[in-house]
Amino acid sequence: MAEFDSPTLLVEAAHRTHEAGYLKIDAYSPFPVEGLAEAIGFHKNRVPLVVLIGGLLGGLSGYALQYWISAISYPINVGGKPYHSWPAFIVVTFEMTILFGGIFAVFGMLALNGLPMPYHPVFNVPRFAFATKDRFFLIVFSTDPKYSPSETRRFLEGLAPRSISEVPS
Amino acid sequence: MDEQRQPAAPVIEPGYTFGTVTDKISSIVLTRPTSNGWFLGFGVAFLLTMMMLFAVGYLFARGVGIWGVTIPIGWGFAIVNFVWWIGIGHAGTLISAILLLLRQSWRNSINRFAEAMTLFAVSAAGLFPLIHVGRPWLAYWLFPYPNTMNYWPQFRSPLVWDVFAVSTYATISLLFWFIGLVPDLATLRDRSTNRAAQIIYGMLALGWRGSARHWHRYETAYLLLAGLATPLVLSVHTVVSFDFAVAIVPGWHTTIFPPYFVAGAIYSGFAMVLMLAIPIRKFYGLEDFITERHLQNSAKVMLATGLIVAYGYGIEAFMGWYSGNRYDSFLLWNRLHGPYAPWYLSLLACNIFIPQVLWIRKLRTSPAALFLISGVILVGMWLERFIIVVVSLHRDFLTSSWGMYYPTRWDFMTFIGTIGMFLAAMFLFVRILPMISIFEMRTLLPEAEVKE
Repeated sequence: MAEFDSPTLLVEAAHRTHEAGYLKIDAYSPFPVEGLAEAIGFHKNRVPLVVLIGGLLGGLSGYALQYWISAISYPINVGGKPYHSWPAFIVVTFEMTILFGGIFAVFGMLALNGLPMPYHPVFNVPRFAFATKDRFFLIVFSTDPKYSPSETRRFLEGLAPRSISEVPS
Repeated sequence: MDEQRQPAAPVIEPGYTFGTVTDKISSIVLTRPTSNGWFLGFGVAFLLTMMMLFAVGYLFARGVGIWGVTIPIGWGFAIVNFVWWIGIGHAGTLISAILLLLRQSWRNSINRFAEAMTLFAVSAAGLFPLIHVGRPWLAYWLFPYPNTMNYWPQFRSPLVWDVFAVSTYATISLLFWFIGLVPDLATLRDRSTNRAAQIIYGMLALGWRGSARHWHRYETAYLLLAGLATPLVLSVHTVVSFDFAVAIVPGWHTTIFPPYFVAGAIYSGFAMVLMLAIPIRKFYGLEDFITERHLQNSAKVMLATGLIVAYGYGIEAFMGWYSGNRYDSFLLWNRLHGPYAPWYLSLLACNIFIPQVLWIRKLRTSPAALFLISGVILVGMWLERFIIVVVSLHRDFLTSSWGMYYPTRWDFMTFIGTIGMFLAAMFLFVRILPMISIFEMRTLLPEAEVKE
């Protein structure tokens, strides 16, 4: 794992590492850095799909709930309105869409990220505490096919980092 | 005569680094000793909360008769306070969600505590519908749960729409706020020296480590939540306005209510944001993060929404005359000459005339002036809801049904008590959580830009 001082250096290092053929890499920063995810080769963002599914589910179930309650299970005459009074159903359908969309967004994002994950090997590196403050890290996982302790270390040194740490498993 | 155009105040004062930004905000929570002022403020707020619990307890024991509600004014302080609190909450969501979508970077330093303000305001609001029903132990009947009585809520009623709208609003606000907190909780986890704090912040931070893949998904989810929260904010107060607009009472049955209520909500919400931000930035030394620019922009939003609200009043008055409808015309006459006329005139003064001083640049940038004007606006917005509810109800169609509404001490105790509860929650929040979004402040620094 290599430590850098600025997001620009990290993005550049990430590009070069990915181009060198390392695939199982990750980068850590105290705030979202533009272009970093692409630099480490991450392209499959499934969050929008999850939110769409959630929203559709919410809207359909909200409407279905109202329809079943108002037209089938407990139909009552309110001001002469038809049992299937769809204009009145719009509001709750809308709210349910937003509710489910939002819940799926949050929990879907957390699930896709694998969070909560209280333990991860990187936490064993003392300097990693600065990842949530003002330092930027790049890691090559040992599960990468191109990984070799000495080769990879030499490669990372070539990126001119502030420091290099070995992450105990 | 040429006037020198002053350069806009910065969104964040120059000279900060990622490290110093983190230190400044997290030290308030982790290392700064709790001041006597905090204990005093929290103490007073806590006592007011106790008063509220006492008033609500007595309400449950004796019934709604202890309040001032009577025939014909069947809805009094409870609904007025509910709408007032919900309105205040909307500014937090606007700052968090709408300003994010509009790429306004000045939102970064105020969105955390504005969202917290929303949560606490919605909690205070949510209390009223639950306690103001005649049989509060049956309040759960508002939700569509399967039951043995074979009954369900009536979905053509705005009161049921309210249940869904406010529940959705509370849930989404909580989720949005918590998700925004996760990276900062990780910062606190890594910086705290106290073992208990490390564990608690650590568990709440969900193991966040700032991975680029995680940030990417996080940013997407955050943006989508903002996109969902924007129509939500507009719809919630619209649904609240429907509580009145779908009724037939003069002064209620008007199509101007949805936009008028939403604008009014943002108006009062920003006033509350300023009333919180100004003391906070002073006592915690955060003037470099909550700068003159924030005060100015908030004042401008208040001015704009105040003018929309003024338009709402104007159209109401105009329609009172133009419609030729005797009940609508009487409503206008009654507001100006009836028993509640002094309150209506105060309302016009507080909401329309006094805030016009915000056109003056000097007053827009003076924290003391903004604090006072915000207070005036909050009072004015409360009076607006009071006028809408009480004046329309106390004299409607039949003169034999006319009456007067006099709030009782229990009405006031409950209301002031919820203000106490809100403030107590704000004090706790400021003490144990970072009141400014640390990671979003880092993105404002020039070093955060990735240079090609």
